[in-house]
Amino acid sequence: MSIADKVALVTGASRGIGAAIADQLGAAGAVVVGTATSAGGAEKISARFADKGIKGSGMVLDVTDAGAVAELLRSMQEQYGAPQILVNNAGITKDNLLMRMGEDEWCDVIDTNLSAVYRLSKACLRQMMKARWGRIINISSVVGAMGNAGQSNYAATKAGVAGFARALAKEVGSRGITVNTVAPGFIDTDMTKVLPAEQKDLMLSQIPLGRLGQPEEIAAVVCFLADAAGGYITGETIHVNGGMYMA
Amino acid sequence: MSSIEERVKKIVAEQLGVKEEEVKSEASFVEDLGADSLDTVELVMALEEEFETEIPDEEAEKITTVQLAIDYINQNLA
Repeated sequence: MSIADKVALVTGASRGIGAAIADQLGAAGAVVVGTATSAGGAEKISARFADKGIKGSGMVLDVTDAGAVAELLRSMQEQYGAPQILVNNAGITKDNLLMRMGEDEWCDVIDTNLSAVYRLSKACLRQMMKARWGRIINISSVVGAMGNAGQSNYAATKAGVAGFARALAKEVGSRGITVNTVAPGFIDTDMTKVLPAEQKDLMLSQIPLGRLGQPEEIAAVVCFLADAAGGYITGETIHVNGGMYMA
Repeated sequence: MSSIEERVKKIVAEQLGVKEEEVKSEASFVEDLGADSLDTVELVMALEEEFETEIPDEEAEKITTVQLAIDYINQNLA
């Protein structure tokens, strides 16, 4: 079964990697709901979809709010049907050396990047199990495998979602549902634009391909996993990082 | 309108892929009807939909036989 006419839910779809994923799934014929934290962000997603001829719309979602997740699933079900493809992409960073990291910096990142994956996956699973088909794809990071000073909270969540995917893949494989992780390296997005120039140069020197990745290069791997072509892959983490880290 | 017992047994048979005549009241989902843990979760989901109710997780765990399912529905929906 290909992506066309499937219903996809992509969290954090207003910019960067999430926007590229939503657009590529949409271009492949999926009905896409992309979420943003603000009403303005959701409207922008809707406008972008309309502009590109993508079926679906932007919706507001705070992934840390279990009630809001349930509400989103209800309105999606009414408008488009239950999501068959879930891309857990929404994420934040609150970098600090561990010695200086406050409890709030730790908890906020865990809640948004890791606990939200639990909430959304659980909310979508019921209908996927009934349909005997589903795709859950978590967006991790090379940092989850390599580590990075100042990102112990972020790295913990990014390693966490990969472990989550392996466990859930074993639980629901018999129902035709695959659960995978895509781990981007250094991608040209707002999240990496804020890094200091010296750090960027240092990172570039460690990337064999010698350049930043583009969001579309992550989206292509997500689409492959969502499509029938990727149907025999489950529990896997696919690294897309220009050779920066080779598992 | 069929009885609650008949409706429960029909769902059990459908969900677990067994014949309706094998679904005896005393049958255990796991030991007698070959269900695994995920099957039992799906079974509870199907019961929730058939009877338009929500079964809390702590109650769902106790529903391990056909009779216990019938009892639960009777007590909570009658």
